[in-house]
Amino acid sequence: MALLEVQNVSRFFGGLAAVNDVSFGVNKGEIVGLIGPNGAGKTTLFNVINGFYRPSKGEVIFKGERISGLKPHKICKKGIARTFQVVKPLQRMTVLENVMASAFVRARSRKEAEDAALELLEFTGLIDDRDLVSKGLPLGKRKRLEIARALATGPELLMLDESFAGLNPTELNESIRIIRQIKERGITILIIEHHMKVIMSISDRIVVLNYGEKIAEGPPDEIGRNPQVIEAYLGEAHNA
Amino acid sequence: MKKWLPYIITGLLALLPLIGLSTYMMHILILVIMWTVIGMAWNLLGGYCGQVSFGHAAFFGIGAYTAGILYFKTGLSAWWGIPLSIFFVSVASLLIGYVTLRLRGPFFALGTLAIGEVCRVTAENLRDFTQGTLGIMLKERTWIDKTWYYYIILGIAVFTFISIRKIINSKLGYYFVAIREDQDAAESLGINTTLYKTIALILSGVFTGLAGAFYMNYMGYIDPEIVFALHDISIITIMVVMVGGVATFWGPVVGAVIMVLLAEMIRSIPRLGVAHQTMFGILLILIIIFLPNGIVGDFSKIRKFFRFGRAG
Ligand SMILES: Nc1ncnc2c1ncn2[C@@H]1O[C@H](COP(=O)(O)OP(=O)(O)O)[C@@H](O)[C@H]1O
Ligand SMILES: [Mg+2]
Repeated sequence: MALLEVQNVSRFFGGLAAVNDVSFGVNKGEIVGLIGPNGAGKTTLFNVINGFYRPSKGEVIFKGERISGLKPHKICKKGIARTFQVVKPLQRMTVLENVMASAFVRARSRKEAEDAALELLEFTGLIDDRDLVSKGLPLGKRKRLEIARALATGPELLMLDESFAGLNPTELNESIRIIRQIKERGITILIIEHHMKVIMSISDRIVVLNYGEKIAEGPPDEIGRNPQVIEAYLGEAHNA
Repeated sequence: MKKWLPYIITGLLALLPLIGLSTYMMHILILVIMWTVIGMAWNLLGGYCGQVSFGHAAFFGIGAYTAGILYFKTGLSAWWGIPLSIFFVSVASLLIGYVTLRLRGPFFALGTLAIGEVCRVTAENLRDFTQGTLGIMLKERTWIDKTWYYYIILGIAVFTFISIRKIINSKLGYYFVAIREDQDAAESLGINTTLYKTIALILSGVFTGLAGAFYMNYMGYIDPEIVFALHDISIITIMVVMVGGVATFWGPVVGAVIMVLLAEMIRSIPRLGVAHQTMFGILLILIIIFLPNGIVGDFSKIRKFFRFGRAG
């Protein structure tokens, strides 16, 4: 049984089917890439899985239990954490306080929350910035802060929404290293990414969306050869 | 030094009545401390949790009427209203939260403003219960002298201060600020935003209600226009915190001192006295423009200004 199962999920906005009858599973320990052109419905799918939106049709199953319809904080406590494409740092809190706030979801004391947060800041390379107000962080670090904060909630499934967008090559390599280490910690990852080389190299499996529909699913090399995918996505990326 | 500051201040305040202050001075001190309590309470919800309320008179008034109605209907001492208000204000806060907390930002502010007015009109019309606009008067006040009133409100203030300090440094404090900074992010990070906003509202309401119950005992008279007042309670509460510094620990203290003294000064100017609300309005605009973070929040700015002043 898959850790996460998305079953025939649709989400409509008025007449627009942002996500249309999409099904796929994510197995424990995998890194699954979710790709597709802009507006394909990737972020909307994250919003459905994490509980911001109810699916218009279909359901989401996590560890054998239906989670669609639950509030986001409940879904988080069940073990799904996410980052945001448009980063949402808690601006007037320091980097440490940001991570502590979410560590409190599991921690029983302030000390426990602080220790957990410090460990994660070390892990994500933000330890030297811990006392900075997060408003002042450069984008690359903000993206990593999102990851640290999501990890602090102790997830089994981590959903990353374009955590690599806008990073310079050094930051990119640093982030890829972090993702691999997260996997080594036994955390399953569902990742939205535009950077083709990155997604091809880190994913065990890739799901492709186009106009809200799933058009392909498979291992990276297969996806790279799939003519429909090349047409819908890679072609566009190459032209761009 | 900084760690000891609260103890030193409390100690000095406790000794203050011993030096034989005038009745008027004691009255001013009592008002300052009472407004500190209300300001700290508002700051917890508005400053830390980011839910700006324009209706804190609701909590103040319900606290005051708990004491007043208890006294009037049962003949018990209105002082029992202080512990009892905790219960009644909690219940009322729960209801108020249920109605208003689904609203965000300015809509929450307007919602609470409406609630405050609804409370006032209700108190005016439930005559059997509240005596309507006649108000409730204590036949005699417990003490003529102000000393004991002073110690009681000081006790309430110390209790409020310690509680809020504990709350701010705990998980609750982190959750409140997280909700203020980004409600969606907070929710996705496992924080039950509805629950914690309700907790912030109840806590804020209860401390404000304590001040209200004290007010009934101290002033000996309340009516809906006084304790549910939009201008004189709800707006002044916001001003106390804004002048002092939103989401700063000492802001409400500084704000209460300034606002109470200012109110007294303005009132004592013969013809300007009646225009005190206008003066407060102008003050608020100046504060927003020049010290948006209040006196405590923008203290470095103020210091710099005076240093430049001297150099130039
Ligand atoms: N809250 C919303 N209301 C209306 N339309 C939306 C909303 N969220 C997303 N959409 C639309 O759904 C489609 C998919 O968007 P999104 O999921 O953000 O795409 P992606 O993340 O793949 O770039 C877009 O056409 C977008 O405009
Ligand atoms: Mg997106």
